[in-house]
Amino acid sequence: MEIISFPHLGPYHVPIARLLRRIFPHMEVRKAPPITKRTLELGSRHSPDFVCAPFKYNLGNFIEALEGGATILMQAGGGCRYGYYGEIQEQILKDLGYSFQFVQFLGKEATLASLHRACRELGTPLTGSRLLGELALTLRMLWVMDTMEAYVRENIGFETTPHSFETAYGAFLNALEDVDSFSALASVYKTYRKKIGGLGVRKPVDCLRVGIVGELYSLMEPFSSFFIEKTLAKNNIMVSRHINLTYLLVLKQLEGKRLLRQAGEYLHFPIGADGTDSVAKSKKMAELGYDGVIHLKPFGCTPEVNAMPMLQNIAKDYKMPILYFSFDSLTSETGIKTRLEAFHDMLLMRRETRREAPGSGADMSHTA
Amino acid sequence: MQTGYLGVDIGSISTKGVVIDGEGSILAERYLWTKGSPIEAVRAVIRGLEEMLGDTPPAICGTGVTGSARKLVGAMLDADVVKNEITAHAVGTLSVFPEARTILEIGGQDSKLILLEDGVVVDYAMNTLCAAGTGSFLSSQAKRLGLEVEALGELALLSKAPAKIAARCTVFAESDLVHKAQIGHKREDIVAGLCTAVAANYLNNLAKGKAIRPPIVFQGGVSKNAGVVRAFEEATGAAIHVHPGGHLMGAIGAAALAMRAGSGKRFDFRVAELDFETRGYECAQCPNHCEIIRFYREGVLIDAWGGKCENGQKAS
Repeated sequence: MEIISFPHLGPYHVPIARLLRRIFPHMEVRKAPPITKRTLELGSRHSPDFVCAPFKYNLGNFIEALEGGATILMQAGGGCRYGYYGEIQEQILKDLGYSFQFVQFLGKEATLASLHRACRELGTPLTGSRLLGELALTLRMLWVMDTMEAYVRENIGFETTPHSFETAYGAFLNALEDVDSFSALASVYKTYRKKIGGLGVRKPVDCLRVGIVGELYSLMEPFSSFFIEKTLAKNNIMVSRHINLTYLLVLKQLEGKRLLRQAGEYLHFPIGADGTDSVAKSKKMAELGYDGVIHLKPFGCTPEVNAMPMLQNIAKDYKMPILYFSFDSLTSETGIKTRLEAFHDMLLMRRETRREAPGSGADMSHTA
Repeated sequence: MQTGYLGVDIGSISTKGVVIDGEGSILAERYLWTKGSPIEAVRAVIRGLEEMLGDTPPAICGTGVTGSARKLVGAMLDADVVKNEITAHAVGTLSVFPEARTILEIGGQDSKLILLEDGVVVDYAMNTLCAAGTGSFLSSQAKRLGLEVEALGELALLSKAPAKIAARCTVFAESDLVHKAQIGHKREDIVAGLCTAVAANYLNNLAKGKAIRPPIVFQGGVSKNAGVVRAFEEATGAAIHVHPGGHLMGAIGAAALAMRAGSGKRFDFRVAELDFETRGYECAQCPNHCEIIRFYREGVLIDAWGGKCENGQKAS
């Protein structure tokens, strides 16, 4: 029997594996082992040195999946040079001596018809309309997950019982694994909205608020950013982030040209991939009076490097500090911790002086 | 009895210790090389400080540590405050230069830029991924030229026509330096070029997009190099303040933070005589293979770190 696998991206292995199980009931869907240092080491060893970190993580996932018996590998995505990664990864893995089938779905080229054709070639029994139904259910599931996760992200730092959010969110993900219909999804959502929404939270009205912007993989795969959101939450900071799969697949497409307008005077042209989003959303968070923004990118990420001069101007104009991180295959956490701690101290000190001298510092005059 | 506060800054290259009184004045200070052994360096610093305080040492009512070995030494000294270098340097510098707007800091392995407004840190930057333009770069180039690193600054000041040395990257700078030497540039011109390259590297990398406003304070080991100071003055067009105790600012900041924390916990100098040991091992519970460090005092486990999950911590 064919065994199908795919690279990791945060918690999204749940809806992806579920979808693949529905489309290919005659195959086994085997998730790649969770990302560890070994994944990154394997990926880095066989990657071109100057390629970005997501390439290395993906390749590591593929190798570990192949070691676990996978015979079909899936790759998807696009937007930046990521769109060309599949071919290179396939070649590298073949050169390593693995035999497997490699299937790619690229953002711009993937139409429903081409998707259905590709799935049929792999032997799906689903008709076009059934496939459409499964995709619609998956999108809905992504929305449910992202909505729940946004709530968790903004509140986990203030939970009254340690680990209560993490445990409940884990159970929620487990429950999603078995969902096979819109009604089942609705009932899981209802149950866990109540459960997670009912967890004890002690959140001061004036807690520190930090936004996270940047490149999508660094944002959505916590391992690649040293679990930065978790670290911030532990320091009682509310964390917001706009990028998730719902945003990328649906909302961003709906926003279209409005996105550039949201970036205001800072951008006249789109700057590639999600760079425009980083500028537009940072500006929005500055206007909302956020205490700071953290910008994450893999080392050498061109669209996000493009965004940085505008982010520096936003930081200057709104007097809102922005901290920049570039991630590669280094595994020492100390440097990251030092910078985050200093950022936290700085935000606290700024708050204190603002409290002593009301009206000074970053005021709300820019509020839209 | 007088009260005092201990601050220790354990950097990659040097270890600094101070004892300050309740007013922030320095009662004792100590500065020596870390030599890759932070525990031994701190032991020597503690003994040295005790010696300097003489027969009637103040009661130490608070301990703060900073620097890259802060976690280890924080556990060793049972510190009240374990702070990152950026905050500690800002607090320390402000206690000496309350009006400072910009702090330039270049140490052995890292460099920092801290921007202040009304005595509050409003922005900072720290070098990432690369140690080009730091103290260890200057040391290795000094060695190549057959000079002591301490002598570079004075020599640079003698130069009338500094050679142009690429600032972008240590490797490029080094090949530039060799080339300039071989085609006959004078040694002082090369050294002056090197100092300019350090300043240019710092301003191009760390200070990119950030406004450097006077008063500017320059500290860290490299601030002892008069050639780099002059290069910064030329590049910024402002006076650069270098405090004779500039290398102690992190330690002073850590002590000041311990004083503010006000735990009142007494510090005992006899800690320098205790036996400390670290044992490292690789956790085998999952493929992540966390490198866990266990820290023992007199054979008793006092702390462990490096694990990513409960498993690793439990194993200790």
